[in-house]
Amino acid sequence: MIKTEILIIGAGPAGLGAAIEAARLGAKTLVVDENRKAGGQLYKQIHKFFGSSEHYAGVRGFQIADKLLAEADGLGVEILLNTRALGLLDDGTVAVLADGKAESIEADKVILAVGAKENALVFPGWTLPGVMTAGAAQTFSNVYGILVGQEIVMIGSGNVGLIVSYQLTQGGAEVKALVEAVPDVTGYEVHANKIRRAGIPIYTSHTVIEARGKDHVEEAVIAELDADFQPIPGTEKTVKADTILIAVGLNPRIELAKMFGCAMTYEGALGGTQPVHDDCMRSSNPKVYVCGDQAGVEEASAALEEGRLAGIHAAISLGKESADNAALLNCARASLASLRSGAFAGKRRLTKQRIMEKGATYYAG
Amino acid sequence: MPREIKEHPIVDYPEGEMTRFRFDGKEMEGRLGEPIAAALLRNGISVFRNTEKRKEPRSLFCGIGQCSDCVVVVNGCPNTRSCVTPLEAGMEIETQRGVGKVGKL
Repeated sequence: MIKTEILIIGAGPAGLGAAIEAARLGAKTLVVDENRKAGGQLYKQIHKFFGSSEHYAGVRGFQIADKLLAEADGLGVEILLNTRALGLLDDGTVAVLADGKAESIEADKVILAVGAKENALVFPGWTLPGVMTAGAAQTFSNVYGILVGQEIVMIGSGNVGLIVSYQLTQGGAEVKALVEAVPDVTGYEVHANKIRRAGIPIYTSHTVIEARGKDHVEEAVIAELDADFQPIPGTEKTVKADTILIAVGLNPRIELAKMFGCAMTYEGALGGTQPVHDDCMRSSNPKVYVCGDQAGVEEASAALEEGRLAGIHAAISLGKESADNAALLNCARASLASLRSGAFAGKRRLTKQRIMEKGATYYAG
Repeated sequence: MPREIKEHPIVDYPEGEMTRFRFDGKEMEGRLGEPIAAALLRNGISVFRNTEKRKEPRSLFCGIGQCSDCVVVVNGCPNTRSCVTPLEAGMEIETQRGVGKVGKL
């Protein structure tokens, strides 16, 4: 049995943010992550972040991961890699598989920062080799130096679809088409403009209706969609492609939160079913905090700030002292609020407010 | 089709040592420690397994160990996720046929 004050599950931006703040306040902090490297998806993000300098604007994702890991290391945070959290045991400890060996961890507070998973999209031929998530293509290109294909059709014009399309062209692929089911590009205009400048055709109100090929994708059939998202007969076009990438959103990974009995809510704008939380990132279970994409899919910078807030509150709740606890919490909340204050963040802001109102009911009075 | 990225404007890929492994009995080379899936793609292999009933080909899908679509048989052990299992020298990797039973592949 391993004992710690604060156990953090997931070493992506949310988990690292939580670990850094909890350790800074003097809490004994242990992070576990199923991967062989900490940093979560940040190492795949080779583009520069937006926003203000406090949110690492102008810094590339993998450089942010390096900074966070160095900071966590300097504060004495322990990170167990290749360690998968399996669930909650009857005695309240967390079962993990560490390097293939079963172990249990006893903690006063648990911060869940397990992230999200990509949505699939089903169409005839979607199981063919060469059809995969945009994230898979991004991982293999940006981390391992393997281009998964050379003639790409991308489904989805959100930020993931736009950014990954551009990054694959940097790796030498040709993006033959980017299709988007709704009438407008859904990601940031600055990313969309990069795609247009790179000469990649964007087909709005279009989707892939079929992937064709024998043992691998050889062509994609795209078609225009009507107002009810039904393919319009006669608009089919065949695009020669060896790869079809799916970038149609992510959904929170909620398995562990469910095991911990955290109350759930459904918010389509943030990815689907997710645990409710209050304005300190506490779930309905007072022992458990939730943060990052698992608590509503946003962006890495929001995940990091939610993690910081969770880490601060968890440490304070264990009696750790700072010069001014209330100021520290408010500062973290303000930083998070500023990320949701932009012109494009209105929906996220309102959705998060609704989630926090639900979460607060568990701590009323 | 898949290939190695030789030059990239932003990323400096670490110079990994190359090592030998076998796939369905055929000698191949991959970078030591890279995911098995990366080593297979580098060698032009994109069918990693066949489904139990309809024998359909499957390959990389999520790339981060969540979906289990890319499983292969490694040193006799079926259902090994190729996207998150590091390549080791001398690995015997096989296409997984069906659901993968130990001792009866």
